Amino acid sequence: MNRRLLSLLLILLAGGAAYLLFPYNLAFLTRILIMIVLVLSLDLILGLAGIATLGQAAMYGAGAYAAGLFAIHVWADPVAGLLAGALAGAALAALSGAVLMRTQGLTLIMLTIAVAQICAEIANRARAVTGGADGLRGIRPGKVLGLWEFDFIGITGYWYAFAVMALVLLALAVIARSPFGLSLRGIHESPERMVAIGVSVYRRRLAAYTMGGAVAGTAGALSAQITQLVSLEAFSFTLSAEALIMLILGGTGRLYGAVLGTVIFMAVHHLAAANDPFNWLFVIGALVLAVVFFLPRGLIVLPTGLKRLAKGGRHAGS
Amino acid sequence: MTLLLNIAVDGLAYGMILFMIAVGLSVTMGLMRVVNLAHGGFALIGGALAHWLGTEAGLPFGLVLPGAVAGTILIAMPLERLVYRRIYGFGELQQVLATIGLTFLMIASVNLWQGSSLLAITLPEGLNRSVDLGFRQLTAHRALVIGVGALIILGLWVLLDRTRFGIRLRAAVDNRETASALGIDTGRIYMLTFALGAGLAALGGILGAELLPIDAYYPLRYMVLFLIVVAIGGLGSILGSFVAALAIGLIETASRYLVPDMATITFFVLVILFLALRPRGLMGRAGA
Repeated sequence: MNRRLLSLLLILLAGGAAYLLFPYNLAFLTRILIMIVLVLSLDLILGLAGIATLGQAAMYGAGAYAAGLFAIHVWADPVAGLLAGALAGAALAALSGAVLMRTQGLTLIMLTIAVAQICAEIANRARAVTGGADGLRGIRPGKVLGLWEFDFIGITGYWYAFAVMALVLLALAVIARSPFGLSLRGIHESPERMVAIGVSVYRRRLAAYTMGGAVAGTAGALSAQITQLVSLEAFSFTLSAEALIMLILGGTGRLYGAVLGTVIFMAVHHLAAANDPFNWLFVIGALVLAVVFFLPRGLIVLPTGLKRLAKGGRHAGS
Repeated sequence: MTLLLNIAVDGLAYGMILFMIAVGLSVTMGLMRVVNLAHGGFALIGGALAHWLGTEAGLPFGLVLPGAVAGTILIAMPLERLVYRRIYGFGELQQVLATIGLTFLMIASVNLWQGSSLLAITLPEGLNRSVDLGFRQLTAHRALVIGVGALIILGLWVLLDRTRFGIRLRAAVDNRETASALGIDTGRIYMLTFALGAGLAALGGILGAELLPIDAYYPLRYMVLFLIVVAIGGLGSILGSFVAALAIGLIETASRYLVPDMATITFFVLVILFLALRPRGLMGRAGA
């Protein structure tokens, strides 16, 4: 319990420190926070329940468009918009998951990509509603909780995204330790045994996928409210792939791995893209290969690995 | 009637292209159990080489085609030795990531070398001429595509069914360990198969440049399409990929002719329905 409080405190401190250290990069920091929420949703689906997906952008995009449309046509309140985004993400996940969760392996990975592509195609065609390739414009979110207005520099946006990220992290930490979370871990380890002890694997996987969809939708909604724009990029394969890379980079199954991986990936991406906007794919590609070959469990094993190495144990990092 | 024939001819040409590109993917997935998202990258490399050989080196198409295919194979073989061989034993997710990483590197390399614009492949005069089919004009190029596709499925059938290499390959697909215990050099088979698949992808990429235009982001744009062919055909089944590629070519062409606004959505919905009903594809085997 103490350790958990400590890590929560650490994250709060990191959020404050980042705010003080990089006051001119708030937009970028906010982007990192939004990506952390998306990667956390992937950690729930993939790290915990072991559902391999490359289509998390589908739910992210659904949440973004839902929150954007909600703010334009219904109510500008940001928190209500977040709920709308989460609902849209969950609905899409439940709907597509009902079919997807029956498959596995390559077919599952491919179908998740296909779902995201269908969503992109629908958003592209429904020009009258979504703005098509021009993107959804004119999102003007109101004050957060009726108190803080979104400002030009992005101070409100930063703390708003930070609060949402911290709440999601907390909620997922609780879910991961709940009986439901444990059963997901069990399904990840051995679906056959979970069937043998009477667990409906399909339903649990669907429930996990839906929850992950809600979280991804929240991330999309945050992005729509803070950038006040939703583009077709929200559904792109690159987004899904990058989220997966961030998760694996940090390490799956332990939520703080998602946080760590996202921060490092985004920082590397930021620096590489700033130095050479055309060739940053080299850096990302090499980074991915390096992680897969040398750190298959992600960066979070580094401390334990080094400790073991210091004690004279063998095979650090594996 | 003419509409149906149009759909049939265009769909056939499209399906042949899909088959050429995807068959290597299907075999490597069935044989090495690798989820190779970078496969489209070989079609890209082939297309980029063909563009370079044709426009900058100024070679005639008759030399460009074999040159680009051979070049792609020369790139694919060391890649298999150095990178792929290590990822055969990985879990599915690690394979997906590693091959995404490779795809990014391929895109970045082509981008650095040729830029991100469209890489046109110059066709000789003869191939742009049209052939009269009675109900419509068909360019000689499309006729060539259909002919080459038919030759390839025939060639692959002979290779797999009638040669010693084919017997060994099928043995390795069925059971890797037993095959290797019987003295079959599976490592060599892997490399040759991989090279063959990459070469065919390059060929398909070059010949299909008219339908699937080549630029640096080619592997990402069409990745799902190639994976769909493999998933519907069933992993490791050449005949399956052939039937799947033709069916997909026909269905997609038909939906473009009949419901142009909803073509992509119709296509994906049909694919998802099919895979939900038959997750192993047309000719997938139980264990694959």
